[in-house]
Amino acid sequence: MRWIYRRLISAFLAIYVAVSLTFFIVRAMPGNPVDALTQALIQQYYMSYEAARALAKALVPFIPKGPLIEQYFHYIANFFRGNLGVSISYSTGVPVTELLASRIPWTVLVVATSLLISFGLGTLIGMLMAYKHGSKLDSGLALLFSILRSIPAYLIALLFLSVFAFQLKWFPTRGAYSVQPSFSLQFIADVLWHAALPILTWVVVHVSGWALGMRGSTISVLGEDYITYAKARGLPSRRIVVTYVGKNAILPLFTQFMLSLGFMFGGSVFIEYIFSYPGVGYMLYQAITLRDWFLMIGAFDIIVIAVVIGALIADLTYSFLDPRIRRE
Amino acid sequence: MSSKSKVKVTPKDIIKAYIEDWIIVPGKILVRNRKAFIGFLITLGYILMAIVGPHIVPFPRNYTCPVYLPPTLLKWPPSLEHPLGCGYFGEDIWGEIVWGAPTVLQIAFIAGFITTIVGITVGMISGFKGGALDSVLMGITDIVMTIPGLPLLIVLATVIRSANPWVIGMMLSVTAWAGLARSIRSQVLSLKEREFIEAAKVLGLSTGHIVFREIMPNLMSYIAINFIFATTGAIYSSVGLYFLGLLPYTTFNWGIMLNMAYTQAGAQYSFHTIHYLLAPIIAIIGFQVGLVLFSYAIDEMFNPRLRTEV
Repeated sequence: MRWIYRRLISAFLAIYVAVSLTFFIVRAMPGNPVDALTQALIQQYYMSYEAARALAKALVPFIPKGPLIEQYFHYIANFFRGNLGVSISYSTGVPVTELLASRIPWTVLVVATSLLISFGLGTLIGMLMAYKHGSKLDSGLALLFSILRSIPAYLIALLFLSVFAFQLKWFPTRGAYSVQPSFSLQFIADVLWHAALPILTWVVVHVSGWALGMRGSTISVLGEDYITYAKARGLPSRRIVVTYVGKNAILPLFTQFMLSLGFMFGGSVFIEYIFSYPGVGYMLYQAITLRDWFLMIGAFDIIVIAVVIGALIADLTYSFLDPRIRRE
Repeated sequence: MSSKSKVKVTPKDIIKAYIEDWIIVPGKILVRNRKAFIGFLITLGYILMAIVGPHIVPFPRNYTCPVYLPPTLLKWPPSLEHPLGCGYFGEDIWGEIVWGAPTVLQIAFIAGFITTIVGITVGMISGFKGGALDSVLMGITDIVMTIPGLPLLIVLATVIRSANPWVIGMMLSVTAWAGLARSIRSQVLSLKEREFIEAAKVLGLSTGHIVFREIMPNLMSYIAINFIFATTGAIYSSVGLYFLGLLPYTTFNWGIMLNMAYTQAGAQYSFHTIHYLLAPIIAIIGFQVGLVLFSYAIDEMFNPRLRTEV
């Protein structure tokens, strides 16, 4: 059981280090919220500098004062009580937790759906490739996937946005929904319609990784003695494929599954920016352009927490799933 | 039996052996592997474009194409004079691609280099020394590995507002080294137990000799492949940061072109301007594909075990 405690401490440390680090990085940023908002007002509403400056001055009471180190301890103490401060310029005075809570579901919807689809599709294709190992189909797909995997997701997102949303008009160009939110079938369909392109982008990029990973691990499982033995015993091939090969081949991919979750949370900054999708990533980008310090740190922290907890769950469950690596 | 050896090893022979080992044999392997050879040619083409290109292709000045008239936006299809058409400010897109190549490639290779060096150093020290130092280093590595790289880069980029490729390269490798360090460590741990390392230790060879002459060759192919992955990863994040507009726009860069096509020129709305968006996209994908294809032959080229057949 000792390694579980060690793992928990390491996860806690990772969150603590990341939060402290970003606190100081963000506060070292050039430019303050008042300047940033003045700029934004001039650009958006063509205000004169004086008028914009006067409006932006309303932020002053929300800007933290006092020595930086004091602010840091104050922030950390509040952080572990679940208080992430208030937004300065994005939505003045509103608690950061409230703003983030409204954005998290959208990111989770897109990331989780695309992860599940690409994992299911990828492992299926990967297994198929492993069974056809050495054939033209296998080597062709392997080449295609290793190329696809190296293409940045945002390039695919830009292409999809341009072709499927703007040219062909099959999908909306921005936002998460366009009808009044309600628990109706129409709203759910609308949400899925808006989420389709971001999900499709992730799936196209991530299927290749899963397929290649599953192909590799299936090939190595197929060489194991217990598969030969199972065949010799005359077990139905369906059972061999699902229980003997499938289960054993998927296990090593499982840790990767949780890590991908974290990676996608990070990468969602690009995807959400391109599709103007109201998730955490887009909020991080908006907070940076407005120099909204606490919102910035908050959005970053949420991503870090998601990643760390994902990795933690992967480690803990993996050792329960695979008795061979159960420690102590 | 004479104890004196008739064969004298001259410096010339050593150089010959090095050329044989590092150029002729890998070259033969490369030419035989068709995919990797194509990848190598593509990569070489990009490097040539970055080094020679700006001396041949004229500087992409604004308004070299006729000034556009709103509301038609840009309608300059590719022509003989401007093979890839023109951009938002009436600049030649092909020129922008060529002039953007040096920074993109520099940043990518520098970041890949720093990532690999830091990863090797930490992994080697950790694997070799063991003990408390190992625990501390791996503790740090674990923490760095869990911090999501991209959001941290986005925050960092706004603080470090530098256009210096070395500074950007260092920034990009701030979290990227951790994965490599971990795997180098585990490889060193397993190599350390092998007979030939034991033998080298018994012979009293220095640690430097063991590290660089005994262990390194065994890790070379692994390190080379990771260098390529670190490079493609650096392209992903650096072009992405330029695309988001978080790095200063002082030079030409494909990410900046993407940003202009996305935010200014409305390259998505109208089909007439799609070439503005497609040019940087194809440039980036082409480079990534070249590197990935090239990596196919690396294992054969640098792995001493696989080289026996040549």
